Amino acid sequence: MRKSNLFFLYMFVNMVLLGLLFVHAFTEEKRNLPALEEKRAMVEKHRLTDICLFTEASYTRHLAVSDRHTAFQDGPFALEHFPSGSVLPPPGTKKR
Amino acid sequence: MQTWIQRQKNMIEFTLSSLLRRKRKNVALVTVYTLVVFLLASVIFFTYAIKREASLVLEGSPDMIVQRLIAGRQDPIPLSHLDKIKQIRGVRSAGSRLWGYYYDPVVGANYTLMVSGESPAEGSITVGQGIARTRLLDVGDEMEFKAHDGVIFNLSVQGIFSAKSELVSSDLLLISESDFRKLFGLPRSHATDLILQVGNPREQVTIAEKIAALLPDTRIILKEELLRTYDTIFDWRGGLMLVILFGALLAFIIFAWDKASGLSVEEKRETGILKAVGWETSDVILLKFWEGMVISLTSFLAGLVLAYVHIFFTSAVFFEPVLKGWSVLYPKFRLIPFINPYQIVTLFFLTVVPYTVATIIPSWRASTIDPDSVMRGS
Repeated sequence: MRKSNLFFLYMFVNMVLLGLLFVHAFTEEKRNLPALEEKRAMVEKHRLTDICLFTEASYTRHLAVSDRHTAFQDGPFALEHFPSGSVLPPPGTKKR
Repeated sequence: MQTWIQRQKNMIEFTLSSLLRRKRKNVALVTVYTLVVFLLASVIFFTYAIKREASLVLEGSPDMIVQRLIAGRQDPIPLSHLDKIKQIRGVRSAGSRLWGYYYDPVVGANYTLMVSGESPAEGSITVGQGIARTRLLDVGDEMEFKAHDGVIFNLSVQGIFSAKSELVSSDLLLISESDFRKLFGLPRSHATDLILQVGNPREQVTIAEKIAALLPDTRIILKEELLRTYDTIFDWRGGLMLVILFGALLAFIIFAWDKASGLSVEEKRETGILKAVGWETSDVILLKFWEGMVISLTSFLAGLVLAYVHIFFTSAVFFEPVLKGWSVLYPKFRLIPFINPYQIVTLFFLTVVPYTVATIIPSWRASTIDPDSVMRGS
């Protein structure tokens, strides 16, 4: 087989894979709708405010409602104790 | 048309032979390029999916949260504040929340304790999968708690939240109101914070202002701010995302710079020979265009597919150590693959287009030089 044909075949396979990714994303989104609804209902039922992503410190666990009196949140240049502090930006989004 | 296609095919044939002559260099190039695309695509996929999921899930959260602040710290709020808030027009419903943290010295983890309308009966608890996994708990098991006054008491596990809900419930522990107050010594007159539902979303700011005027010792957090928090965390300008993007872009600039700064002696000689055997400048540029396209498309598609597998099939295994930090309880969750064509197009224009352009410019310069002098190496 000519090299150019091989290249086209490779591109075709990759494009099909890319298409399959979209199909997979679409079907997964549909398949996960009940689970998403379950989480949304749980948030509503238990009146939750945050997702459980960083559990190492109270102010990283509940980002939206944490007080500002913590190591990193005192200022953007303050030394942070917990590693997830390096992922989180300093506050500034809360108006009140 | 047929001739044009055949010409392009011949050109690709020649390009591939030319690339295979410098096999080791080009394989290294494709590998690094793929890694750069993989990293950028992983960040884009992960941040978009988590932001989307957070916004959809937190849509059910309260419209407004009222906290009491004393000396800059959150303090239990008197329930008498609730009566004042209920008087404000536009407030559909208002209630109080009881929640807090409990440090478990057995495993060194922090739990989120919460009282809700569906809390279990006194003496029982419902726990998240993360707690059950870490403490090896099953329904019917007992968990020991040390109250604020040093008294130790046991609570029985009545239920475990489903694994599907781990993203919101991994460290959650539902407890009855009386057990909560007994554990923390919180008086009946106080709650952790107050929550409000507002009939008209447009009135939220006005109501918040009224509360702030009526109760000056409070801080009000709107749902909009709550949702924006997660947008900010995973914004490309924020924290670690910027570091990853900066590193990947820097690597890419070095690539493009290497290409744009000129061709190797071997590549220049090849161009000279092609010109000497009758190739036009446009043919040489077309050849270099295909060279750039072959390398960048190969790397782009491979990097993209690998990034998708990384984020949505392996649950972002390479990002996990960063997200996990020192957490003892870390939720096991698989992100829903929220992707859109806009992300792919952005990535394409960020990576493929600059690289292809960077390969054409030096070859255009080389192809306009006299072939004789190029072949002599002067």
